Amino acid sequence: MDIGFIVEYIPLYVEAAKLTLGIGLIGIALSLIVGLLIAFIQYFKIPILRQMATGYIELSRNTPLLVQLFFLYFGLPKVGIRISSEGCAIIGLCFLGGSYMAEAFRSGMESVEKGQEESAFALGFRKSQVVRYVILPQALSVSIPALCANMIFLIKETSVFSVVALADLMYVAKDLIGLYYKTDEALLMLVIAYLIILLPISIVAAILERRIRYAGFGN
Amino acid sequence: MLTIRDVRKSFQENEVLKGVSIEVEKGDVVVILGPSGSGKTTLLRSINFLERADSGTLDWEDIHLDLKHASRKDVALIRKKTAFVFQNYNLFKNKTALENVMEGLTVARKVPKKEAEKIAKEALDKVGLSERYDYYPSQLSGGQQQRVGIARAVAVNPDIILFDEPTSALDPELVGEVLNVIKTLAKEGTTMIVVTHEIKFAQEVANKVVFMDGGFVVEEGSANEIFNHPKEERTQQFLRRILPDYDYAI
Ligand SMILES: Nc1ncnc2c1ncn2[C@@H]1O[C@H](COP(=O)(O)OP(=O)(O)O)[C@@H](O)[C@H]1O
Ligand SMILES: [Mg+2]
Repeated sequence: MDIGFIVEYIPLYVEAAKLTLGIGLIGIALSLIVGLLIAFIQYFKIPILRQMATGYIELSRNTPLLVQLFFLYFGLPKVGIRISSEGCAIIGLCFLGGSYMAEAFRSGMESVEKGQEESAFALGFRKSQVVRYVILPQALSVSIPALCANMIFLIKETSVFSVVALADLMYVAKDLIGLYYKTDEALLMLVIAYLIILLPISIVAAILERRIRYAGFGN
Repeated sequence: MLTIRDVRKSFQENEVLKGVSIEVEKGDVVVILGPSGSGKTTLLRSINFLERADSGTLDWEDIHLDLKHASRKDVALIRKKTAFVFQNYNLFKNKTALENVMEGLTVARKVPKKEAEKIAKEALDKVGLSERYDYYPSQLSGGQQQRVGIARAVAVNPDIILFDEPTSALDPELVGEVLNVIKTLAKEGTTMIVVTHEIKFAQEVANKVVFMDGGFVVEEGSANEIFNHPKEERTQQFLRRILPDYDYAI
């Protein structure tokens, strides 16, 4: 193992890690927004949008991110739409993550008993008020484990971004292997970089889940 | 005051209400009796539109509605004038007792928080829960939860409270505390429709008893008429079944 080589190229990995994390976080934030919107569309049974949402979820869940990125990066330019590497990565991640987040929100919302909804209606709540005051607060605490798992899943999925020529961690590792044949060193740094990104997120997620379980409305 | 006429409701092929009419005057305590599956819950739920009837009308002072076609505004209006107490309490699990009672005021009626809190506390005091304001439903017994349910109904100052078997989900030893609260409300002149199997309670507070079976009102009258001199064979059978030592000939 060539320690000198590792030390020399650490800065390259740090840059790549920043890029991976930055795009990952933007993609996750957008996925959460898309997911919540879709969960609302389904809950309020908004015609047309609802069918579109179902179609989107099927498409998103049944195609690999790699294929989605290929489509964005190599397919769209053929019809004159050109999107930067970063743009493709963010859109791809959001397209993939939106459906997973939507399912997490939806199952949380469905976990709130119908009876609570009915008693809110009987008190004169409008449907939007039922969602805001009764369903969402309870749904979120149920959804959080799934939302956290999705976040970690999405960060891992960023490892395919190199196909759209984004200089992320995977890209740097492949580059170093190709240029210097330092396979062991390059891969070791790759694994460590992902661990450094993902471990804190996993730990925060675990703490959050624990706290939510114990903060459960007097349980 | 409130008249419901000829309510019909089917679930798929199953006709659950076959033209039910019911009349409520101010201050009435109407008890609805009937075997399970006779449509009592569906009737109550049709009144405040938790269920949309297939046909029927509702007349309430200057409000005249077709139950099937009532607009959202009409529905909102009726819901503001009524309150519903559920068999399973249906409290908001993420809210304390006090918040549960306040919510109908602050969210649905835009009552300022301070004022809502005052009203909610009075309602909880009234049902004997002045020591339990900050408890979550999961920390309360069934009887206490149902009393929060009643406080929640009382707090919005409805013209009628609809009770759907308010004590059926309770352990026998907790039934009394809930019935006592309802009795107190009845004696204060609260207008209410109560679906219940508690015959003694019905005899004590009802000024009108309606017996339903198979989606019809079979018989109605004063508590004395229904319990002591039932005319219909089906009413007699029902009373004999739920009161084994029942002798209507007396
Ligand atoms: N949402 C529903 N969907 C289908 N069937 C229903 C529904 N609600 C009630 N029913 C049926 O309607 C009938 C009357 O029910 P219900 O009004 O609850 O009677 P009760 O309260 O007198 O026991 C029952 O046969 C029940 O199975
Ligand atoms: Mg019932």
